[in-house]
Amino acid sequence: MTGALARRRAALLLPPLLAGVAALAIWQAVVVLGRIATFVLPSPTAIATAFGTVSSDVVGAATATGTTAVVGLVAGSAAGVLAAVLAARLRLVDEVLSPLSAAANAMPIIALAPMFNAMFGSTSPVPRRLVVAVAVFFPLFVNTARGLRQVSPVHTELMRSLDATGWAFTRHVRLPGAVPHLFTGLRLASSLSVIAAVVAEYFGGRQDGLGSRITSAASGSAYPRAWSYVLGAVALGLAFYLVALLLERLLSPHTRRSP
Amino acid sequence: MSGAAAVEIRGLEQRFETARGSVHALSGIDLRIEAGSFVSLIGPSGCGKSTLLRCIADLVTPTAGEVVVGGTTARRARQEHHYGIAFQAAGLLDWRTVQRNVELPLELHGVGRRERAARAAHLLEMVGLADFARMRPTELSGGMQQRVAIARALAEEPPLLLMDEPFGALDEMTRERMQAELLAIRARTGTTVVFVTHSIAEAVFCSTQVVVMSARPGRIVRVVDVDLPTRDEDAREHPSFFAGITAVREALRGRGVRGVAAGLGGDDR
Amino acid sequence: MALLGVLLLLLLWELYRALGPQAGVEVGGQRVLPRADPRSMPGVLDVLRAVGDPEVAVPGSRTVGVAVLASAWGTLRMALGGWLLGAVVGVALAVAMQRFRLVERGLLPYVVLSQTVPIIAIAPLISGWGGRLQLTPTLSWQPWMSVVVISAYLAFCPVALGMLRGLQAPSAASAELFTSFAATSRQTLLRLRVPASLPFLVPALRLAAAQAVVGAIVAEISTGTRGGIGRLILQYAQQATSSPGRLYAAILGAALLGLVAAALVNLLDVLALRLGRSRAPRSAGGPTPTPLDPGTGGPT
Repeated sequence: MTGALARRRAALLLPPLLAGVAALAIWQAVVVLGRIATFVLPSPTAIATAFGTVSSDVVGAATATGTTAVVGLVAGSAAGVLAAVLAARLRLVDEVLSPLSAAANAMPIIALAPMFNAMFGSTSPVPRRLVVAVAVFFPLFVNTARGLRQVSPVHTELMRSLDATGWAFTRHVRLPGAVPHLFTGLRLASSLSVIAAVVAEYFGGRQDGLGSRITSAASGSAYPRAWSYVLGAVALGLAFYLVALLLERLLSPHTRRSP
Repeated sequence: MSGAAAVEIRGLEQRFETARGSVHALSGIDLRIEAGSFVSLIGPSGCGKSTLLRCIADLVTPTAGEVVVGGTTARRARQEHHYGIAFQAAGLLDWRTVQRNVELPLELHGVGRRERAARAAHLLEMVGLADFARMRPTELSGGMQQRVAIARALAEEPPLLLMDEPFGALDEMTRERMQAELLAIRARTGTTVVFVTHSIAEAVFCSTQVVVMSARPGRIVRVVDVDLPTRDEDAREHPSFFAGITAVREALRGRGVRGVAAGLGGDDR
Repeated sequence: MALLGVLLLLLLWELYRALGPQAGVEVGGQRVLPRADPRSMPGVLDVLRAVGDPEVAVPGSRTVGVAVLASAWGTLRMALGGWLLGAVVGVALAVAMQRFRLVERGLLPYVVLSQTVPIIAIAPLISGWGGRLQLTPTLSWQPWMSVVVISAYLAFCPVALGMLRGLQAPSAASAELFTSFAATSRQTLLRLRVPASLPFLVPALRLAAAQAVVGAIVAEISTGTRGGIGRLILQYAQQATSSPGRLYAAILGAALLGLVAAALVNLLDVLALRLGRSRAPRSAGGPTPTPLDPGTGGPT
């Protein structure tokens, strides 16, 4: 049985690994043989070398961006879940928030960054964290609200046959049933939070995060270094996503997931 | 069988208002179900058999008529947990283990933790799933989930068990096994069972009476008494089993019974 | 109802302006509530007035309102280009991944990963191609091309994933039916899988439109491309101390842009409906009332 399992695992892991290695090899070959200028695309080896020299700074910058993302993520998620619970309880809240969130989904949230900078002062970390929080609020709200709304008729009849009170129904059926949906929203929001944090840095504020490092390296024509910071941003986004995935496995092990 | 009736229905009427007008789901239902009996409700789609079951369960309020369950109104019977119910979909809570699913009625009604656990363990033993207590519903097959649902329905040792096509989603072999297990459980507990099905063989194999219904509006056509010498797998080969099936089928087609086989009686409505 | 929400927000805004502390509220050295002075938080009327102001103190200069609309239009065109490019790439990828299991297994993880990763961080690097990369002897890389590419990158992923799900939607039984007709893989694609994928494609295109707008705006800012609303927002942000209302007018313009983009996709949806396909499933928008107390059952 272990032989079959190992083969299945290999079948899933091998193609993307091979594709990645092949892509890197082609990248290196094209850049070197085609004599592509470094400002277009540095070679993987050049990036790796540059990364080696700035790795500690990458970590520092990633920490700064990560802090913004985490604070915004926590605040936005809490607000989103709370709003969803309120919307499930009070029709009025639902009817006002649902169309607003559908509209907000279409709007570029990052446009709010300059507005927050004006309101709170551009030296404050609050504007960037607020942008992340607003960006995170909507996926959490929409998904959690959907989860709270969807109760299967069998469970409704079952709880009535057991003469359960409204609160017992909420506690035993509605809330646990909404948890998988909450995590779907959280997975989406986790990667979104890093993206929003990086983008928010473009609008000002303290220039100690990854976004500003990339911009300054690019304007100084140090392209391999700029790409090193990009690598850091990629790693940060991945890390956030994996943490959200891990949380979901721990707290809601019974759900079947799709990416 | 004489004694207190488990369920008495008098003059039940049920109408539903839909967008297309009024639907007359049930009309003039009079039924008496004796304690300890196994009564099946069978009929074509739209005959109201599931609605009738839900009237007994107080999940639907009848437009007119009376439903008496265990001597009190259906509503009080529900509020005092006088019955357990199993649906076609097992309706287990995915986020709870099998054991905690069985404990659900006890938990809602204030039974202490140790007592709940002991009771759930006993019930799972009875349905043959003691080894699966710590697993999640998604890890079980359809038949096993349905057994958990039945264990849950019996959690408070109710005198009445209501079942709405509980084996409808299962394959034939599993169905026959589950029918036998249900009868074995009933032999131990003496529970009255009201069972909705659209399988004639299932109705005849399990029941002491088969209530045959017709549609539009839902009415009771005939109650066929079934008296089989045994209720194990051999019964499926017995002549009175086939005679019972024939009687029910004839009633479903709207014809009277031609000849009366030994041990078979019935009332025409 | 959405209007009510907007009105409520505006009311809250004005209330805070009237009642809030001028310097904001600080907790532990951090300002947790914004400054309520007219510079930081202009009133609703101030913003409306700013729309009519001339942009520059030069006679014949266009008004702020016109500037906002013109810039929004500029961004819309670039976002449209990005959306189209992203849609084409996304659909092509999806078709390839559905057709060849190996391609799906090799590439799908990367497509999914690209969603979790702030690739927007490479915007400054792509903008570095501007004016320096020669595509043909006569055409060099224009700044707006960077915007379109970045916008397309954000748009292609939802389209690829949505289209793939749609192409894989038909049941095994349907696919076997086509095999029994000895249909070629091209016929199966065009007659079974593509029609089945439309209900999945449209919401994906809607999401991609929103992403394309965001990508275009951010790309404008980092490439310094003129004529777009992102650039305008930055410009007005720098003028915020002298005329705060403009910034908000520009932000509202950006919000409007997003809504217009989504509305255009909806229009596309309606037009496609006329070609006789089934209704696309609605994403979560309106409330579905579910009583907290389980009510009585309906007809069975």
